[in-house]
Amino acid sequence: MVSMMDAILLQILNGLDKGSAYALIALGLTLIFGTLGVVNFAHGALFMIGAFCAVTLQKILNISTITIDPEKTDFLGKPLQVKTPLVETWFGEVAGNAIINWNVPIAIFFSIPIMLAIGFIMERGLIRHFYKRPHADQILVTFGLAIVLQEIIKAFYGANPIPTPAPDVFRGSFDFGVMIGFAKNAIIYPYWRLVYFTFSTAVICAVFAFLQFTTFGMVVRAGMADRETVGLLGINIDRRFTIMFGVAAAVAGLAGVMYTPINSPNYHMGMDFLVLSFVVVVVGGMGSLGGAVLAGFLLGILESFASMNEVKGFFEAIFLPSIDQIIIYLIAIIVLLARPRGLLGRKGVMEE
Amino acid sequence: MLKLGKNDLGVFGFVVAITLLAPFLMNPFPEGSALAQFNAGYPDLMQRFVIFGIFAIGFNILFGLTGYLSFGHAAFLGVGSYAAVWMFKLLTMNIIPAIILAVLISGLFALVIGYVSLRRSGIYFSILTLAFAQMSFSLAYSVLTPITNGETGLQITLNDPRVLDTVNTTGNLPVTGLFGLEMRDTATLEIAGWAFQFNVGFYVSALIMLAAFYLSIRVFRSPFGLMLRAIKTNQNRLNYTGLNSRPYTLAAFVISGMYAGLAGGLMASMDPLAGAERMQWTASGEVVLMTILGGAGTLLGPILGAGFIKYFENIFSKINDNVLHGWFNFMPDFMENVMVTIIHPFVGKGWHLTLGLLFMIIVIFLPGGLVDGGTRLWKRLLTRKQDNSSSVVATTPAK
Amino acid sequence: MSKFVVNRRTLIKSGAVAGVGLAMPTILTRPSFAYTNEPTGSSVTLGFNVPQTGPYADEGNDELLAQQLAVEHLNGEGDGGCLNTFTSKALKGNGILGKKVTFVTGDTQTKSDAARASAKSMIEKDGAIMINGGSSSGVAIAVQGMCQDAGVIFMAGLTHSNDTTGKDKKANGFRHFFNGYMSGAALAPVLEGVYGKERRAYHLTADYTWGWTQQESIAAATEAIGWETVKNVLTPLASTDFSSYISPVLNSGADVLVLNHYGGNMINSLTNAIQFGLLDKQVNGKDFAIVVPLYSELMAAGAGENIKGVYGSMNWNWQLPDDGTKSFVKSFGEKYGKPPSNSAQTCYAQTLLYADACERAGTFNPCGVGEALEGFEFDGLGNGPTLYRAADHQCFKDVLVVKGAENPTTAYDTLEIVEVTPRAQVEYAPDHPMFAGGNLGKCNPGA
Repeated sequence: MVSMMDAILLQILNGLDKGSAYALIALGLTLIFGTLGVVNFAHGALFMIGAFCAVTLQKILNISTITIDPEKTDFLGKPLQVKTPLVETWFGEVAGNAIINWNVPIAIFFSIPIMLAIGFIMERGLIRHFYKRPHADQILVTFGLAIVLQEIIKAFYGANPIPTPAPDVFRGSFDFGVMIGFAKNAIIYPYWRLVYFTFSTAVICAVFAFLQFTTFGMVVRAGMADRETVGLLGINIDRRFTIMFGVAAAVAGLAGVMYTPINSPNYHMGMDFLVLSFVVVVVGGMGSLGGAVLAGFLLGILESFASMNEVKGFFEAIFLPSIDQIIIYLIAIIVLLARPRGLLGRKGVMEE
Repeated sequence: MLKLGKNDLGVFGFVVAITLLAPFLMNPFPEGSALAQFNAGYPDLMQRFVIFGIFAIGFNILFGLTGYLSFGHAAFLGVGSYAAVWMFKLLTMNIIPAIILAVLISGLFALVIGYVSLRRSGIYFSILTLAFAQMSFSLAYSVLTPITNGETGLQITLNDPRVLDTVNTTGNLPVTGLFGLEMRDTATLEIAGWAFQFNVGFYVSALIMLAAFYLSIRVFRSPFGLMLRAIKTNQNRLNYTGLNSRPYTLAAFVISGMYAGLAGGLMASMDPLAGAERMQWTASGEVVLMTILGGAGTLLGPILGAGFIKYFENIFSKINDNVLHGWFNFMPDFMENVMVTIIHPFVGKGWHLTLGLLFMIIVIFLPGGLVDGGTRLWKRLLTRKQDNSSSVVATTPAK
Repeated sequence: MSKFVVNRRTLIKSGAVAGVGLAMPTILTRPSFAYTNEPTGSSVTLGFNVPQTGPYADEGNDELLAQQLAVEHLNGEGDGGCLNTFTSKALKGNGILGKKVTFVTGDTQTKSDAARASAKSMIEKDGAIMINGGSSSGVAIAVQGMCQDAGVIFMAGLTHSNDTTGKDKKANGFRHFFNGYMSGAALAPVLEGVYGKERRAYHLTADYTWGWTQQESIAAATEAIGWETVKNVLTPLASTDFSSYISPVLNSGADVLVLNHYGGNMINSLTNAIQFGLLDKQVNGKDFAIVVPLYSELMAAGAGENIKGVYGSMNWNWQLPDDGTKSFVKSFGEKYGKPPSNSAQTCYAQTLLYADACERAGTFNPCGVGEALEGFEFDGLGNGPTLYRAADHQCFKDVLVVKGAENPTTAYDTLEIVEVTPRAQVEYAPDHPMFAGGNLGKCNPGA
């Protein structure tokens, strides 16, 4: 049997992985909250659109020429139409297959310009007009936008999840436990989840570095703290905020692209994450980027712990069955009651 | 009259009129005509209009007056429904005990949640209420199945005790009623192609909604209401004056929770089933949208918003390609197909898309929701008309 | 223009006043029909209530297509489909009882409340005489109860919970789909043949009624062939990432993972299990195995390559060789360009069966129709000889055991039929403990 140590380590790994998705989405959401003071209910939709960038690329790569194979038949007993992807025709079978196989990593580069553009258009075309409007109006318009975006995706791709696998080299799992001296099969970890964790850590670090170490970032941070003063200094803060909106959209989109091999994307995955990401942001504290990331990982890890059989058993014994159903919300309540502004929140942001 | 001001009396009279005449107003198109698809005058939907109206009116007392945005109000509606169905199971099919218990239980529930959540304000408050509601939903769907019947929803069965009712030997489930009046009873009035349906359940719900609406006007105009507005305007300043605002917000929270419970109890009285999805965040979000859409803080707004959303949900989702072809079959085939192709994405399974677009359009062009925006639009039209009429002489030569 | 409006309004108002006065004595009595929505004109309206939004929208769309096809066939359009193979010859292709069949549609949103609202609107507003379709057990049971009260026939769509025809059965409701018990009864012998008698199973179960009844059924059936149930872990409905539930499996001493999940839950849990490489492992000296007791074509499509070699059960599959299946697949495929799913077939068959029952009963009265369906034996709609049992309104027919194909040639043959389990093997007594506690009650014609 397995020791408690393995189980805990295993769930920390799982938690880091869940947490990195939460953290990435929450980071983008906080950028928009913090910089622009806009409650963006369409942020989940941006995550979803990122994922569908990968799906779209997969469809593009699979655009095929159709030849008829008289030997085989389709389900109606007619000659089978065999599809050969164009990339295979152009680059040869081996290279063509490799390109299709590496769809998800390639989609990263495909999605960045798209997400930036969507971010710019959204901010310039819609959100900009809502800076001075009450939060209620912002909620309504972004929620409407989220519905519209997901319905458009549904119209093109249907409601069923679409498998978007990782490249073959990243499929399957490796025995992390053996590498650090545990028994065989004790700690198994899928390759792609390691990739996801590494990737999101890199993105998070890049965003922080960008804000911390560049002049551009410095101005944005100044603008977050006091927009008017920065504006009075003659700095075009609006343009910078537009760019930040684009960056936030790109971060959400990248989180979506890389998430596709973990769970097949569908059109309402954004809504599924929306509420959760708001909880993460608020638990982290309004206006704090660090808080959002911290809360993302914290909630991810605690959620994983709560699904451990030992933990479920313990809570069942004290008449709290199915602790894993409510853990996120329970933690949110405890944190918000213990710390009025979440983990690292600033005073006065979205408090009235 | 009724201790209402002139304006309020007008609004109240308007609501009374449209509610009581709803069976006529909601059925503007004759049966069998192509546009009959847009008729909403059937019992179930009319009941939903007024019940969700109650829900939104109650929500508006909290959000519209104090500015506290609860994102978990559906929990109270759900709890109210469960309480009501349990009364039908245990006590009697009469709706009065069910509604009373629904209001009491949801009020208690709101007291507990409100007491905790109101320690925070702004978005922190919203997330606390959301968390409580989501916990209630998750538990009702799974662990609490013995009480809630989980996924399937709580229903009445033949074997329930119903201690106050006479023994049921019909082999059919008993129906909800009010001292012999069955809620589902409907009389149909057919006049020259129109069929108007008068349903007992609808009129019972409508009268309760009017009472609830009247009460909300009184709350809005009371010193208590004024205090709540003061909290919205500047809570800090209020606190500095030495006033503790918490009891007032808590009272508003509990009142609006009881409204939600009343709506839930009525919903169960019209159709004795209580499902866990009623407590999900999407349901809480829906009442937020209804209120904002209609106009938060206005008297009439929430009712309009509730009607608007429920109308699209129930009417637009039922328009399928067959219906579309029916509408356009007077056109040549080619044109007919083009029209159907154009409209197809917005109706039937695409009704969400229409709703989302309308949310955006309304909030972009009618800031403050239907009522505020509508009034402003009306005023602008009026002033323009006056401008036109006064400047008619002056402008004509220039043309 | 405006004058017309005014006229009409005043007309309505005066008419209404007069009408209310005249109707007063009778206002609280219902119209004197023999049963709810008795069709009086030249047509009869069926109500198709399927999810059109939400995660099961595609499933619902497939059901809708099949039902439209059924209406065409009933009205004598198209190639007649299964009317040519159906053993009952009551249907003539001239509608039902000489009335042209029309239909209305509604969106269940896979929520009990919304489903009841849309079914009610079809009954109250559009005069639907029956309700057909749906894709979850919660919705099926909720709508079934509503139809019982309203006095119309309900034909459930995709609903697999034992409760639909067990503890929550209703006289006005019928189910063509199979259930959790039948899945277990069909799967167990096949699993025994493939994986042997000595296996240790770890169950992940969706934490709601359907999940529980399926888990109970599968555990009972596999324990009967000697398997041991190591653990049953309940997972929240809202879960999207199952990694934390999957990862302890390998260490639990289990060598089979049973996923009692449906739809998106199943797609994600299976995908996660494959990511963790469970199928590449050996435990207790045996190759690790995964079982998904309930499959659907859309779930298979969503899980993609991950279903390879994974066993499960189905109500019906388009690859069946019988004539009924063939003619249905032909007319569906030629019209829509893809083979039908098993929920589509269920809704198609139910529409024909309802129409046929009306013809044989000579009435649309739900009591007459119900009587004609009770104990009805037929063939020619797929799945071989079929019985609608009178005692609980459950349909009994052959059940399919399928597995994810190793080398599918098209997008449609990702599942291959391993065995067609004969009907006798999946039958059970109406008072079987898993189905106990319900009461059909009496049929309700509504008037």
